[in-house]
Amino acid sequence: MKVSADTEVCIAAGMCALNAPEVFDQHEEEGTVVLLDPEPPAELADKVRRAVQMCPSGALKLQE
Amino acid sequence: MTRTTRRPAAEAVTFPTARQRPLDPPDELGRWRREAPLLRLAYPDGHLGWLATRFATVRAVLADPRFSNRAELTHVPVGRSARELSSLRFPPGMFLRMDPPEHTRYRRLLAGQFTVRRMRLLEPRIARLAAGLLEEMAAAGPPADLVRAYALPLPSLVICELLGVPYRDHDRFQRDSATLLGLERGPEEKIAALDGLLAYLADLVRHKRDEPGDDLLSGLVATGGLTEEEMTGVACLLLVAGHETTANMIALGTFTLLQHPDRLAAVRDDPDVATTAVEELLRYLTIVHIGPTRTALEDVELAGRTIRAGETVTVSLAAANRDPEWFDRPDELDVRRPPAPHLAFGHGVHQCLGQQLARIELRIALPALLRRFPGLRLAVPPGEVPMRTDMNIYGVHRLPVTW
Repeated sequence: MKVSADTEVCIAAGMCALNAPEVFDQHEEEGTVVLLDPEPPAELADKVRRAVQMCPSGALKLQE
Repeated sequence: MTRTTRRPAAEAVTFPTARQRPLDPPDELGRWRREAPLLRLAYPDGHLGWLATRFATVRAVLADPRFSNRAELTHVPVGRSARELSSLRFPPGMFLRMDPPEHTRYRRLLAGQFTVRRMRLLEPRIARLAAGLLEEMAAAGPPADLVRAYALPLPSLVICELLGVPYRDHDRFQRDSATLLGLERGPEEKIAALDGLLAYLADLVRHKRDEPGDDLLSGLVATGGLTEEEMTGVACLLLVAGHETTANMIALGTFTLLQHPDRLAAVRDDPDVATTAVEELLRYLTIVHIGPTRTALEDVELAGRTIRAGETVTVSLAAANRDPEWFDRPDELDVRRPPAPHLAFGHGVHQCLGQQLARIELRIALPALLRRFPGLRLAVPPGEVPMRTDMNIYGVHRLPVTW
C-alpha cells in the first residue's frame, strides 16, 4: 500500500491524523498533513483507508 | 412581456423546518431523497434554485469548486429576513463565506491552532471546567436547565479561553449570537446584533495589540498578517461557531440519550463507546439542519440535471446523513456504529475548522455529566421540551432535568 498527500489541497481538517496517527501527522503551524509513512504496513491498511475516505479535501491518494 | 428571472415554480418545493418527530429530520426530506437526487427549491426571496438530499450528491456539491460559498451570491432557503440577509455585508475575515484562494489564506493562518494534537492538549482543562460546572449544578440542586447550567457555558468557557475573549462578557455576545442565528428575527435586529458583536470584538482586538495574552487572538495579532478589520471578522466567526454548535450537541445529545437508557448507560460506562457515540450523535442529530448553500459559478451538470450559473443549491446535511445508500439502518441511533464518513461537519474546503475541538468537548462533556448524575432524567415529558426549529442551529432551547 502506497499513500501520497498533497499539502496544497489539504485544508487541515485533521481526519487523517485522527484516524491513522501512525501514518499521518499535522504541520505545527499550518495544520496541513505531514506524511509519516508513505508505505504503511498491511496491519494499518484499514486505518489508512478510513483516513483517505474521511479526508474532506481529496488531498490523500491511495495505491494498493 | 419582459422576461423576468422569476419563473413559475409549480413543481418547486419549499424547505421544510417543522418536524414530525423532534429527533428526525422533516419526513419530506426523506421522501424527496427517495424520489430524486435534485429537486427545484423555491427560496423566500423569489429565487428558483435546487435542493440536494442524497449523500453522494451533497458531497459532490460541497467538493466542487464550481460551486461558490460567497455570501453575496447566495440565496437563503428559509427565514423571515432571507431577502435582506442575502445582501447583508459580512466584514472581511468572515472566511466561511469566501472561496479559495481568499478563503485559503485565512484558513491557513488558523488551521495550525486546531490540530488534533493541540486539541488533545486541552483535554485536562476541558475536563476541569466540566467538573466545575457540574459541581455548581449539584450545589444548586435539582431541577436545572441543562442548557444554562452546563451545555452552553462549557463550550463558551472553552472557546473564550482559547480565543482570549473575557467570559464575563458572555451575556452580551451570547445574546447577539442568538439573534444572528434566529430564523424568525427581522433584518434590522440581525444587522444590529452583528454590528454589536463586531464593535465589541474590534475593541478586544485593539486591546490584544496593546496588551497581548497567551491566546489565539493575541497570537494572530502578533503575526501581523491580518488587518484589524479582518481580525475582528475572524474573531466573530470563531466565537459564534465555537459555542452555539457544541452547546447544542451537548444538550440535544443528552436529550436523545435520556430517551434511550440502554445507550445512555453504554456511553457513561464504556470509554470506547463514548468515542463512537459522539460520531453517531453528530450524524444522527446533524444540528446544521438548514443547508448549507452553494451557488453555481458556471453551468454544472449534476445527477442528470443542469444547474445554471447563479442558481443556489441547498444541500441538506441532515437528509444526507440519513441516506440508506450510505448508512445501514440510518434512522437508528447505534452508539457502537463503526466510524464512517458523515457530513455533520460538512465536506470540502469549508469542513468545520473546529471539529477536533468539538469532538473532544463532546467526548468529555457527555460521560462527565452522566457519571456525575447517574440518576439524571427529564423533569418534564419529552414533548414539552422546546425544540430549536426556529434557529439556524438545531437543538433544545431549554432542557429541564432533575436527578
